[in-house]
Amino acid sequence: MAEPVSVAAEYLAGSRARAARTVLGQVVLPGEELLLPEQEDAEGPGGAGERPLSLNAGARSRVRVVCGPGLRRCGDRLLVTKCGRLRHKEPGSGCGGGVYWVDSQQKRYVPVKGDHVIGIVTAKSGDIFKVDVGGSEPASLSYLSFEGATKRNRPNVQVGDLIYGQFVVANKDMEPEMVCIDSCGRANGMGVIGQDGLLFKVTLGLIRKLLAPDCEIIQEVGKLYPLEIVFGMNGRIWVKAKTIQQTLILANILEACEHMTSDQRKQIFSRLAES
Amino acid sequence: MKETPLSNCERRFLLRAIEEKKRLDGRQTYDYRNIRISFGTDYGCCVVELGKTRVLGQVSCELVSPKLNRATEGILFFNLELSQMAAPAFEPGRQSDLLVKLNRLLERCLRNSKCIDTESLCVVAGEKVWQIRVDLHLLNHDGNIIDAASIAAIVALCHFRRPDVSVQGDEITLYTPEERDPVPLSIHHMPICVSFAFFQQGTYLLVDPNEREERVMDGLLVIAMNKHREICTIQSSGGIMLLKDQVLRCSKIAGVKVAEITELILKALENDQKVRKEGGKFGFAESIANQRITAFKMEKAPIDTSDVEEKAEEIIAEAEPPSEVVSTPVLWTPGTAQIGEGVENSWGDLEDSEKEDDEGGGDEAIILDSIKMDTGVEVSDIGSQEQKSYKELGTRLAEKTEGDAPIILSDSEEEEMIILEPDKNPKKIRTQTTSAKQEKAPSKKPVKRRKKKRAAN
Repeated sequence: MAEPVSVAAEYLAGSRARAARTVLGQVVLPGEELLLPEQEDAEGPGGAGERPLSLNAGARSRVRVVCGPGLRRCGDRLLVTKCGRLRHKEPGSGCGGGVYWVDSQQKRYVPVKGDHVIGIVTAKSGDIFKVDVGGSEPASLSYLSFEGATKRNRPNVQVGDLIYGQFVVANKDMEPEMVCIDSCGRANGMGVIGQDGLLFKVTLGLIRKLLAPDCEIIQEVGKLYPLEIVFGMNGRIWVKAKTIQQTLILANILEACEHMTSDQRKQIFSRLAES
Repeated sequence: MKETPLSNCERRFLLRAIEEKKRLDGRQTYDYRNIRISFGTDYGCCVVELGKTRVLGQVSCELVSPKLNRATEGILFFNLELSQMAAPAFEPGRQSDLLVKLNRLLERCLRNSKCIDTESLCVVAGEKVWQIRVDLHLLNHDGNIIDAASIAAIVALCHFRRPDVSVQGDEITLYTPEERDPVPLSIHHMPICVSFAFFQQGTYLLVDPNEREERVMDGLLVIAMNKHREICTIQSSGGIMLLKDQVLRCSKIAGVKVAEITELILKALENDQKVRKEGGKFGFAESIANQRITAFKMEKAPIDTSDVEEKAEEIIAEAEPPSEVVSTPVLWTPGTAQIGEGVENSWGDLEDSEKEDDEGGGDEAIILDSIKMDTGVEVSDIGSQEQKSYKELGTRLAEKTEGDAPIILSDSEEEEMIILEPDKNPKKIRTQTTSAKQEKAPSKKPVKRRKKKRAAN
């Protein structure tokens, strides 16, 4: 999985930045600068190609590029802040330059707005619950942020319960706030997670892999036993199957999935399916 | 950072699993996790890994004046530190309770048991004695710190060499390591702590609790014993009421475990000694695997995967015969058989423990035969080149051992099973699976081998 970084090493000694397009799928290291497509043209051989004369000579056509996790805007270039592989996604509809991001691996979660996470209720104080989400501060959750909750009709949440919700406020200056309701007022799967089942922690990269559309692992796991799974972007997974033994098997499979190649995984699943 | 709180569902799940005799990593009730001992380049430096719990031990010595009331004895000093990298909850100043408790237990175990001969540390009575200092650092906390720390302490002490000293009349000569080989400490016996966690007011018992199991336990019993079955320290915390026979049972289990761990320690020390004498490379750098990305490696967790109520017949039909043949078992009565001769079991009503050794490094073919007591149906699984190993809970474990140095160790004991007469060499127990299958279907004799494909070391 680790690719030779000799290519990157040559460029690290303060020499010119590389074009983002050429580095897609390769490992980038923090501190590297990347050029966006429009800037490459500008820095290339000037005036050689034919360009339509524009009335407004000073302005350049700007492509809107979204800077994802692991990248930061630095002047008019992209600066890499995390080590990992550079990825790019084309825009769905026409305009915009797509999204660039770095696929990195870590275990410590930092709250991000819009993420769905599993939290553990640590305290009830007045109108809000304090929920531990694995970040530096516990998130606050108001009791009115549940579906169908009113001042008279309070949700049944105890200390130590598991909550699946999303962040509405998550930045480095304030304590994160989460809700168990979407913008239309519906729960949409969020709320208190049931009583039984097992909660365990995995790395953030594995969660993203499992939540990718058409993930093979999830399909294969679903064929084994009937089960319920909740994935939290903070690295927490909650599993529940019919018996304790099956739940333990699932938990161990999901933890081990990170370290197995797809062949090994297929072998394991076929053996499990036999027994 | 504050410790992550334990949610209600986790607690409930763990307790229910313990009631069904299932542990999160697939161990049996009396199983230890894999123990790995590695030595540094200096004498007296070692790292002990008990599963993921890791302790670094370092011994050093110094010439000082003795205590006034003990003029002819050397001084021992023990110190355990919980490093902040061990767990997010460990912060400077925040860990005092746990730290004091662990330090006190370690001191009682090592100092009061007189495992080190302090008289031999005296150089000039009343003036100069050796002060031996044992520093232990917890590098990673995954449960059962005290066991790992006691093993690290005793291993470091056994490994340590102090400079040689000679006294001629009034002259004392302290030799450097270059002039004369350093001398080992005089150690009488090796006390090792064994921890027992109790759940549901003493109803259920687990040996070597994990970090999560420690969070839900009611109480902890620590017994420090040496291989001569002498109890050095016994401590019960958590305020549970233990019955006399429970404590006696725990001491018997501790005796078995300590014997195995002591053997493991002696083998590790012997190996290191051999490598140093032959001039080979030694030290921590050598024990780290080269040319391999160890971040993508995980310890195999033996998990029972069979649903015995369904599909048992199909599996029997599909099973392959095993490749090895040993002497045929002798069938005494339907349901009881014996393989090989063996010595009389001296434990009385306690079962044997069978060791398994994973350090062979080769790939062995697995044949898994497991027998469920209730249904009496035999279930076998086909083994192949796999990384995971599967173990039926409620059955015994036996494995052929190869290789010279069993650095990794674990075993299992189950109470419900009939005692199997052990072989003369208990470490090389081999069991016959074909004849077992042919002779009896509803047999109570458990027959199983576990396969390990070891990528480690």
